Amino acid sequence: MTNVQKQTNPMVIRNGRVVDSSQGFDATADVVVIGNAVVSIESPGTTTLSDGWTEFDAGGKIVAPGFVDLHTHLRTPGQEWKEEPKTASDAAVRGGFTTICAMPNTYPAQDNASVVNALMQLCEAESSVRVRPIGAITKSREGQELAPMRELADAGVVGFSDDGDPVMSPHLMRQALAYSADLGLPTINHAEDRGLVSEWDMNEGAVATRLGLRGLPNSAESVMIARDVILAKITNGRLHVPHVSTAESVEIIRRAKSEGVNVTAEVTPHHLAITEEWVYGEFGEVPAVLNEHAYDTNAKMAPPLRTETDQQALIDGLTDGTIDTIATDHAPHADTDKVCTFTEAANGIIGLETALSLCVGVANVDIARVIDGLTVGPSSILNDASVGTLRPGTPADITIIDPDREWQVSSHKLGSKSHNTPLLNYTVKPKVIATFVGGVQVWAADKNGMAYV
Amino acid sequence: MLVGSSKHLLDVDSLSSDQIRDLVENAREFRTLRAATQFKSDILRGISIYTLFFEDSTRTRVSFEHAGKALGADVINISASTSSVNKGESLLNTSVTLDSMGVDALVIRHPHSGAPHFVAQHVNATVINAGDGAHAHPTQALLDVMTLEEAIGNLHGAKLALIGDIRYSRVARSDIIAFRKMGVEIAIAAPATLLPNDWTHGVNSLGVANSDVTVHGSVEDAVRDADAIMCLRLQLERQSAGLLPDVNEYSRVWGMNSQRLALAKPDAPVMHPGPMNEGLEISTDIAHGGRSVITDQVQNGVAMRMAVLEHFCATLG
Repeated sequence: MTNVQKQTNPMVIRNGRVVDSSQGFDATADVVVIGNAVVSIESPGTTTLSDGWTEFDAGGKIVAPGFVDLHTHLRTPGQEWKEEPKTASDAAVRGGFTTICAMPNTYPAQDNASVVNALMQLCEAESSVRVRPIGAITKSREGQELAPMRELADAGVVGFSDDGDPVMSPHLMRQALAYSADLGLPTINHAEDRGLVSEWDMNEGAVATRLGLRGLPNSAESVMIARDVILAKITNGRLHVPHVSTAESVEIIRRAKSEGVNVTAEVTPHHLAITEEWVYGEFGEVPAVLNEHAYDTNAKMAPPLRTETDQQALIDGLTDGTIDTIATDHAPHADTDKVCTFTEAANGIIGLETALSLCVGVANVDIARVIDGLTVGPSSILNDASVGTLRPGTPADITIIDPDREWQVSSHKLGSKSHNTPLLNYTVKPKVIATFVGGVQVWAADKNGMAYV
Repeated sequence: MLVGSSKHLLDVDSLSSDQIRDLVENAREFRTLRAATQFKSDILRGISIYTLFFEDSTRTRVSFEHAGKALGADVINISASTSSVNKGESLLNTSVTLDSMGVDALVIRHPHSGAPHFVAQHVNATVINAGDGAHAHPTQALLDVMTLEEAIGNLHGAKLALIGDIRYSRVARSDIIAFRKMGVEIAIAAPATLLPNDWTHGVNSLGVANSDVTVHGSVEDAVRDADAIMCLRLQLERQSAGLLPDVNEYSRVWGMNSQRLALAKPDAPVMHPGPMNEGLEISTDIAHGGRSVITDQVQNGVAMRMAVLEHFCATLG
């Protein structure tokens, strides 16, 4: 994070609606930044500027802590043609993210300290945002033997996951939860019971039937989440459920939480905002006649896009706190992985740059809850009070949002190296207009820089 | 004559009932001409048609080739197993390569649903779907409409029993859409494991209303008073996938035989898209008996593909 080390002038971000639920704060205010840290939040207009101070007019804008993503695929090492730390951070800052957690499904996998250390060194040099590594649960993510979880914890991983692949063995999942329980780090299991369905293309249901595609039922997810919360209960382990996609899963997590199980959960912006009808390639419309644009591979992901019933249950779960956080599952893929038949296509869509717009503009979730889910939610799961907050003394990671500004998702404007999103050419809002990491501006939506006065 | 709305034939859903009637009428003329003379036309002279098959096929591939040649087109057959697909060339690059050679129409069979749609996005040629995964088989549905109309006359209000592996069948999907457009009522019977999972409470995913297509738990219920019967092929790998106990039970419970056929209306014809597992989903005496119109389906297959190629290719080149 070379940029973060730079010295900056003291700065006041004036007159924005400051939304920081870590302090229960939501009011118009000035945010004062000195050096790399937030110094104070003041009543608007009360801060006097000294020589050399800069001022950012945030009137009519929203000022939030920098977003934290628990679920980013950096594709490095091993698939650098899809994404690299530099391009992932270019995507992150455009979406208002200042901390991203790197998933371990790399080649080689992040299943030992050497691989993790090498990746962190690379990120230190190339990424403009903070990168936190997630280690593998099992060696090579093969689900056979536990990875050295303590070695990985010492190397700084913030959680464990075999992401993309579930830990199918209940025995091994139980041991993983038990072995890591006293580390305080979440074990994150991709919930997809492959014993129930091993090969699939999209959600099981009306759209799959019409398209003749192989379906993945909701139960393939909820069965495994049910197993995992039971195992978390008997081990006192720390379970985190990634990308919850079904109504039944939400209900199981709600019940587990009410029983005191140490479980947290995330939902992706795309599962909150769009449904299986997007596979038709018409931005969610159901065509009377299937044309050549049906079978949109950019709408293929794991877990798959589900139905409106699931979507509503996810929104309800986020609203009542059953779901703790919003995580992007940013999954870049090259054209060769997506310009093919639907069955051949890789799972995943990019998500960092469209996360806020999907949650607020498309799913219509209240923006304060969305910011909470992108800041306090992940920081409490990471047990890291230095991110996702504007508390005085913390690093000045700040995101500024224009709530009314529309933008069109177009491939030449994306920071990510990959462009696999069904939102291409779709117009959304709101827009992140400026992002700061440690007080340094790393993103400005307009060419002439930020709106300094 | 027809007024085509789409350049490609990806499924029957893009055809109106009038267009289907026109295609059937033209196919019938072709069939008559072929029966009466050594028919050879030059309607498609100078037009190049490639059949590109990624799955094994006898009747569909041969009938397209036959149809194209009878109309004077230059037909080239490409099978995946003897092409650069075997060297790992992608469907995209294979299609673009063939397109660059100046092909006018690509007739595609592929195991993945939506493959013809994908190819259609990337080539200039007209794409004719000759069967994609479990999705669609439009020319089969058209020849089935033709065959049934010949066998029983007016289709409107007729009841067709559709028996067997619906879930994985492209023929079932296209047949349901096409026959519904012609006003046929459809009674389905299949074990629950071979039905689409969302059909247990009625058929609602192919753009047809629930009441038009009924789902039954026994062959007897579906066949009773039917005007016609269509048996579908059972893929033998369904047993190893755990969807069926064994083929003997399937044959006993779901197979078409003379006792079950007796429940249908007298003279109700029996169809099968082929290839048959004779003795499994259909008994030998039915398959080759007087009520079978299975060989008519094959004959009509050539004539219908002539009508389709004429419609979609005559203005190309």
